[in-house]
This record gives sequence, structure tokens and C-alpha cells, in this order.
Amino acid sequence: MKYILQRLGFYIAAAFVALVINFAIPHLMPGNPVEAALVKLTQGGGTVTPQTICAIAKQTSTYIPHCGVQKVSIMSQFWHYVVNLAHGNLGYSTSKNLTVDAVIVQVMPWTLLLVGFSTLIAFVLGTVIGIIAAWRRGSMLDSSLPVLSFFQGIPYFILALLLQYFFTVKWQFLPIGQGESSNVVQGWNWPFIASALEHSILPAVTLVLASMAGWSVGMRNVMITTVSEEYVLAAQAKGLSNWRIVTTYAARNAILPNIAGLANALGLVVSGVIIMEVVFSYPGAGNMMFNAVSQDDYSLVSGLFLCISAAVLLANFIADGIYVILDPRIRKRAAY
Amino acid sequence: MSTQIVPSANIDNTAANALKPDFNIGKVSRFRRFIKAYGASPTKFKIGLGIIIFFVLVSIIGPFVRPYNPNANLNNPIPNAAPSSNHLLGTDYQGEDVLSELLVGTGPTILLGLIVGTISTLVSIIIGLLAGYYGGPADQLISLFTNIILIIPALPLLIVILGLLQGQGGILLMALVLSALSWAWGAKAIRAQTLSLRNQDFVSAARETGESNFRIMVVEILPRMVSLVASSFIFTVLYAITASVGLMYLGLGLGGAASTSLGGILFNANNNDATLGGEIWEYMPPALIVAVFGMGLVLMNYGLDEIGNPRLKDANRLGKIGKKAMRPSDPTPVLTLSATNGKRSFWSDIRSKDPLTLVKFPSDSKG
Repeated sequence: MKYILQRLGFYIAAAFVALVINFAIPHLMPGNPVEAALVKLTQGGGTVTPQTICAIAKQTSTYIPHCGVQKVSIMSQFWHYVVNLAHGNLGYSTSKNLTVDAVIVQVMPWTLLLVGFSTLIAFVLGTVIGIIAAWRRGSMLDSSLPVLSFFQGIPYFILALLLQYFFTVKWQFLPIGQGESSNVVQGWNWPFIASALEHSILPAVTLVLASMAGWSVGMRNVMITTVSEEYVLAAQAKGLSNWRIVTTYAARNAILPNIAGLANALGLVVSGVIIMEVVFSYPGAGNMMFNAVSQDDYSLVSGLFLCISAAVLLANFIADGIYVILDPRIRKRAAY
Repeated sequence: MSTQIVPSANIDNTAANALKPDFNIGKVSRFRRFIKAYGASPTKFKIGLGIIIFFVLVSIIGPFVRPYNPNANLNNPIPNAAPSSNHLLGTDYQGEDVLSELLVGTGPTILLGLIVGTISTLVSIIIGLLAGYYGGPADQLISLFTNIILIIPALPLLIVILGLLQGQGGILLMALVLSALSWAWGAKAIRAQTLSLRNQDFVSAARETGESNFRIMVVEILPRMVSLVASSFIFTVLYAITASVGLMYLGLGLGGAASTSLGGILFNANNNDATLGGEIWEYMPPALIVAVFGMGLVLMNYGLDEIGNPRLKDANRLGKIGKKAMRPSDPTPVLTLSATNGKRSFWSDIRSKDPLTLVKFPSDSKG
């Protein structure tokens, strides 16, 4: 319990740092947000009145003379920002003409479901392959593992490009891009779900292929070390069935580093997904972030960054919890 | 000089020497040890290194042997032309030669990876060594900071930063931003390793003989982490190349010179719908270069894993006894009849109710 609390403290600290970074970056950049917004507005053919300037100034709490926005210290600006966040007020997305939280609510489920399911499949599949390869050392499966290095070294979006070419352009098995067909209505109806599933096959396969390799190789390497431990030998000598030896003795211990590695991997998976979504025009957070960046919609970009960070932190916290359940030793060790 | 009892050059591979405990290993010059280590390194490592060296050579020679100037306007540009004898890999949307773009663009991409790898490995060595060696509250704070950097998803943050720096870009900026976000993994691993080495006898001995802390860190501890540092370097290079190509594919951090890096070529192809139009020659070659280069790096890391963990190396040098794969370090097996009966598979293994197919005597493995 103490360990969990320590971890919780760590994640709160990490979330705070993410907040500070998100707050500080625009302040460290040259120019102020009002100028940037005005440049964009004039480029888009809009007219600039003093009212617009003041509206933007209020929204971004930038000091502009005669706008009624007080020149405030950076600390109180930060406080203001945190309070806004606490109310779920992430600002207004200029490219979508919606509040940022409304956009986020639209896109996050796509990404969360895709990443969640694919990571789960990749983890289970990869771990099982690793177990088999380590148990049957020198078998066909084991010696073909280095082939996986191709999938481990390849960036997700490049694998996505390759798969997209073969499955949608060349053989036309699968629908191209987007999250669902244009003739379905979003909601809990079968045509929509079927269409969404069909459209997410390719992104999911990309994710599974690219991230499975790491799990297999990691699992195999630890498992090989574990299998030659004396307690595995003792279990064999006791006359336990191989199934029990593999599951409750060798794999159960060998899987720990893999679960601990989930934390690092999630960050990489999320990073990979963001660019991959652009390849498939998948309607998730990554694609939205890309659109927001190309349209200079900063409040949406930073809102998405915060939201993705929060999701990663939460997922890590869950992985920690699983780890604590599986490894009793960790409960006695200090956090981080 | 006369105190040199055993000339270092005499350590060779004769069987007699190989059997003797090698007390002189520390006296062999580093270069010879390196060569020897390379000769003995796993095949995966050699293949990986071969791939890397090939692409590094291509990127060095490339700009001199390119058939066309990728940035100059051609007389009669044919956009999106399929590969032909004139243009071996076809042309892009502007009618520029893809092969030339690749020959010129591979270099900066690899260079970026190497710069980021070097900067961030140096930073991680310094931070990891200091934090692990001195410990104390400063170490706690540094570790906390390292872990936080590690957990915040880097790519979204990079998009935020590069998105705000719109227009500006180029390799140096990208390298700095990537380095700032990629040292944490190595620092964490090096700190942990330093922590476990710090309490070993050879460090205490060095301290007793009055070696300075700096010398202990650099001369005693650091050389014992070479494979960790190398693997951290390789990991970072892979990360930097993946991230930079990805970001440039999104059009971030290009700095106006899109066709001079692999990511930029991909960006152009994507921007002009080469992927949907089936003009694979515009995006497949750069994509494959990145993929194969990455594969080379990963193979090198697999090899380093084997060097660092002898049990993995053992696993590759196994023989088969009674159809069961055995490593040299395994205890002598005693087989019962059923072990040699019929074909075995993972599942038959698992299902077998007769675990005594293989009885091992742990005592045999010692010595």
C-alpha cells in the first residue's frame, strides 16, 4: 500500500511537470499568442478590430494595453491556468470552432480503444511467443526470432505505409483510411461498429506487429535466464508437469520485467500511434494533433498533449498496480 | 618498461593459452581487445554492424555519385514518372530524381541520429554516474526528474514544441530537442548499474589506494558498463531517427529543405498523395531505408544483449541430447525412455504428464 501511495505521489509529480511544461513552452517561444493569432486571422482573410484583439488577449490572458486584461505575474497566470484546467476549461479550438474538451471527447475514445486493445493483443501474443521460444530453445520458432528485429526497428508509420500499400492500394482487401464508412451513423448501432472495426483492422495490425517483437524478444531473453534457475530445476525434480513449471514457475517470474517494461513501452506506443494515425487518417488524437499543428491551433495541440500525457500516466499507474500484485518483493522496496 | 613481464602481443588463441586463466586480460591494448571482441561477437551483431556501415558509406559517397542534382530544376521535368533507365527510382511530384534525393538525404538523417545518440549518451553517462556514485538526496531528486522525463510521452511534446517553432527547423534544432528528451532512459540504466558496481570490492580497493572519485568513476566503473552504454547509444540513435523521420513526415522541423532528408522525402510524397496514387517509388525506398537501418541497429542490440548475458549466448550454442536442446552449462541430463519417444513439440511437452522425461543433477553443472 505504501508503495502504491509512493507511486501515486510520483505520478502526481509527473502530471505537475507536464502541466508546467505545457504552460511554459508558449511563454518561452518568441512572440506572444495574440500576435500569432492575429497573423493567422489576417492570413485567413479575417478583419482585425480592437474587440478581436481584446478577445484573444482575454482568452490567452496576454497583457495588451487598454484591453482590461491586467498585467499579471507569471505565477498568477499559472494559477489561473490550473484553475481553468480544474474546471475542464482547456480553451477554444480555432480550427474546429468547438471547445477543446469537446474535440478531445470526440477523438480520445478512438485512440484509447485502438491503443488499449492492440497493446493487450501484442503483449499477450508476444509474451506467449517468447515463452514458447525460450522453452523450445533452438526450435524453428526460436531461431526465427531475429527476423522480428525488422518489425522492432521499423517506425510504426512506415510499417503503416507498407501495409497500407499492400492491403488497400494493391490488393484492396480493406477500406482505405478514416475510422468508419461515410454511410454509417456514429452510435451504438451494428453498421457503425462493424464499419469502425473494419477500418481499425489495419491500424491495429500495424501496432500489434510493430510492438509484439519487443515483447517476444524481451520475454524469451528473461525466460532463458529463468529456465536455468535452480528453482525451475527443483520443480522438475519434484515431478511437476511441464505446464505447471512453465506457467507458475518460469513464466510467472520471467514476465515481471515485461510488465515493468509496459511503462516505457506505452510512451513509445503512443508516440508511434500519433504518426501512424496520420497515415491512416484515423480519427484519433494523433491525427487531430497533426491537423491542429498544421492549422496553428495551439490550444487544441496543448490540450491534446495534456490529455495524452494523462492517459499515459494513468496506464502506467495501472501497470504498477498489476506489478505489485504479481511481485510481492516490490511492496517492500522504495518507490522509483 | 622492463617490468612488463608478459608482452601483451603474445596473448593469442593457442589452445594452451585459452585453457589457462587469463590474468593479463587487462594488459592487452584496448584496440586488440576490441578486434578480438568483434571476432567473438554474435553473428547478429556483425550483421547489424554490416548494415549500419553500408548505409553510412552510402550516405558519405552518395552526394558524389548521385545521377542528378535533387535541388536544381531539370530541363524537362516529368512529375511522378515510374522508374526507368533514366530515373532508376522514378521521379517525385516535381519531376526530381528520387534516387538522387535518397543518396543526398540519407546522410543528414543518419547524422542526426548519431548527433542525438552522442549528446544524449554523454548526458546520460554524466548524470547516471554522478547520481549512482554519490547517492544521497541529490540522487533521489535526479532520479525523480529522470523518471518524470521518461514517463511524459515525448513525441506529443515534440509536436507541441516544433509546432510552436513553426517554420524554423533544420537538423541542429531537431537534434537539440530530441537530445533534451532522450537522455533519461540511458541515465536511468547507467545509474542503476553504477549503484550496483559502487559497492563492489574493486571500487573499495581503488578508494583505499587513494584514487580520486573522478578516476574511480571514469577508469574503474565506466569501462565495466561498455555494453550498457553501447546499447543505450544504439537505442537512442534508433529513437532519434524514428522520431525525426516521423516528425518530418508530419512536416515539422523541416526548416524549408524538405527533400534533403528521408523524412522530408516522405513528407513530400504524402503531401502529394503518392501513397493513394500508388506511386510507391516515391515513398517506399526511403521507408525501406529507415526500416532496414533500424533493423541493423536492433540486431546490434540483440548481439550486445548476448555479450552482456552469457546465458543467452549459451542458448545459441546448444546441442541436442535426446531431442532436447541442451546448452553447455546445463546439468548432465539423465534420460528416461519416454524422452526419446516420438516427436516433441511445445504443446506435447506442456501436456506430458510424465515430467521425469528429463532428470537433471544440478551438482554436475558446477566446475
